Amino acid sequence: METPILEVKNLVKRYKAVAAVAGISFAIRPGVCFGLLGPNGAGKTTALEVIEGIIPATGGEMLFNGAPRAASFHEEVGIQFQHTTLLDFLTVRDTLVTFRNLYQDPEPLEYLVEVCNLDEIMDQMNNRISGGQAQRLMLALALVNRPRLVFLDEPSTGLDPQARRNLWDIVRSIKESGKTVILTTHSMDEAEYLCDEIAIMDHGLIIAQGTPAELIRRYCTGTVISLPRNRVKMELARLPLPYKEVNGRLEIMVENLKDGLETLLALQLDLTEMTVHSPDLEDVFINLTGRKLRE
Amino acid sequence: MSWKRIWTMFKARNYEFFRDRAAFGWNFLFPFLIIAGFAIAFGGRDLSGFKVGVFPATSENPVLTGRNLPRKFIRTQHLEFIGFPDQAAGLEKLRHHQIDFLLRLDSPKPQYWLMESSPKGYLAERIFQSSFVPDDGSYGIKEAVSGTEIRYIDWLFPGILGMNMMFSALWGVGYIIVRYRKNGVLKRLKATPLTAFEYLTAQAMSRFFLLIFTLIVVWVGTELLFHIRVVGSYLDLLAVFALGGLSLTSIGLLLAARGKSEEFTSGALNFIAWPMMFLSEVWFSLEGSPQWLKSFSELLPLTHLLRAARKIMNDGAGLGQVSGDCLVLIGFTLVCLVLGAVLFSWND
Repeated sequence: METPILEVKNLVKRYKAVAAVAGISFAIRPGVCFGLLGPNGAGKTTALEVIEGIIPATGGEMLFNGAPRAASFHEEVGIQFQHTTLLDFLTVRDTLVTFRNLYQDPEPLEYLVEVCNLDEIMDQMNNRISGGQAQRLMLALALVNRPRLVFLDEPSTGLDPQARRNLWDIVRSIKESGKTVILTTHSMDEAEYLCDEIAIMDHGLIIAQGTPAELIRRYCTGTVISLPRNRVKMELARLPLPYKEVNGRLEIMVENLKDGLETLLALQLDLTEMTVHSPDLEDVFINLTGRKLRE
Repeated sequence: MSWKRIWTMFKARNYEFFRDRAAFGWNFLFPFLIIAGFAIAFGGRDLSGFKVGVFPATSENPVLTGRNLPRKFIRTQHLEFIGFPDQAAGLEKLRHHQIDFLLRLDSPKPQYWLMESSPKGYLAERIFQSSFVPDDGSYGIKEAVSGTEIRYIDWLFPGILGMNMMFSALWGVGYIIVRYRKNGVLKRLKATPLTAFEYLTAQAMSRFFLLIFTLIVVWVGTELLFHIRVVGSYLDLLAVFALGGLSLTSIGLLLAARGKSEEFTSGALNFIAWPMMFLSEVWFSLEGSPQWLKSFSELLPLTHLLRAARKIMNDGAGLGQVSGDCLVLIGFTLVCLVLGAVLFSWND
């Protein structure tokens, strides 16, 4: 069996009495994109930073290529943080050159510029570039040392839809080049588009793990009918279908759409503004926690 | 340890300094403006003269000949006479220590006012009273000291340079590193193979280079305008300023070792900078001050830097004669650097 590129065993990070990460374990095979999915405050970033060696763990074990992290760990991994700033008065070119010089075997500058689409901003100061451009530069910095494993912490947060889509394409191309990617996100779209495997985190724990298809199959079957809560005048306890109340809507999970709709019509419910969709990761999360990811 | 990484961070910091035009300009302009301001305002004179207010007077520069004042008093050196239209205006200035002594010109018998607590007022009174007594030549034998006079500007100049170095070293290293820690720059660097020792060495080297560069530029500019007098060796002087720059930079590194709050760091930097500014003889000598104050002043690196620099500049001393001060500066640098490196944290 192939040695996981990263193996995390019972990782714990405590801040006094609060366990930000309460004992998580997972293993990542080389070449996959692994997503840590969860709402804000779930412990994703803390978990990632402990694994990256940025903050110390309270307990647990981490193996990189089957061995504890060595001094050369940061030569072999690339990291993009959720919140970081670069030196204001350096150009994008200076920044790339500076970071290249910190590593023994960096990627050629031209490669980084091409992959991350930085050509037009190379001579601009870091404090003059847009959010999307900054994220692409941060991504280039995460790739500067030819890493085998790339950590991306909410890489598309704060980006407009187009910049977000561009970033996703870059992340896909990174994965296609054979690198392993571990990313955190609270975006279902992002996770479904990019990740081969997902671990869903909540309150410092992994509550489900698998491929997106597996998770949906395991936790959601059938179809989701969604209704505004205020349209349902009857007492909910009398509803003969499994449901959850989420953000003012009633999410009703039915095995068979036709039967489900007939049941609702028989109850004479107002179906105005009703939506119907196949279950997705959001529904998995709702099923597991009773909350939406962005709550 | 990788010199390549140190050199990389050294260059990056220097780029930042030279491209931040506002900060860059201010580093040169600040000391130059202070020196120029003092030179223009006081013509290089010592500031320890006495200000004597007189009233009634129609101008600030009153004509005193022919008035009811002893000629001996009017001709006393280091007395500056300032005219006021009336008593109230003069007393207002006296109360705020803006003048040392106030004289009425239109009374038949001399009438004057002073603040009882003011040493300068007391001395001005003694001068005024003694000017009524004729000279009889029995005061002793006067001997003038020969040689070139040390102007106040020559004495002040190393103080201004040292003070500028202090501010640049403390804020340029201490404050900047704390800001980088707060906004995540340090965290980003921690995710690379760069070690804390390499990073701190690069910061210290960069600041040291910038301090010496600034020193030379300000010196040349001031020399062209005010012809600063240097009796000793320029190389010795450079060595002393280099040691001083290192010791002040190392304090900046030590202060930046942990902090994450810019406000707190700013306060801590002020807490260190202000006593040094006033107790290290930047502006005035501590001669005659209480012994405990002088002893405290010996704990400040700026005191040793300025003492050594002034001995070389004004008295022509060699490095051997200021070796005590140099050793203190070296010791200070080593202690602060080691402590700073041990305590340094990338994150918080």
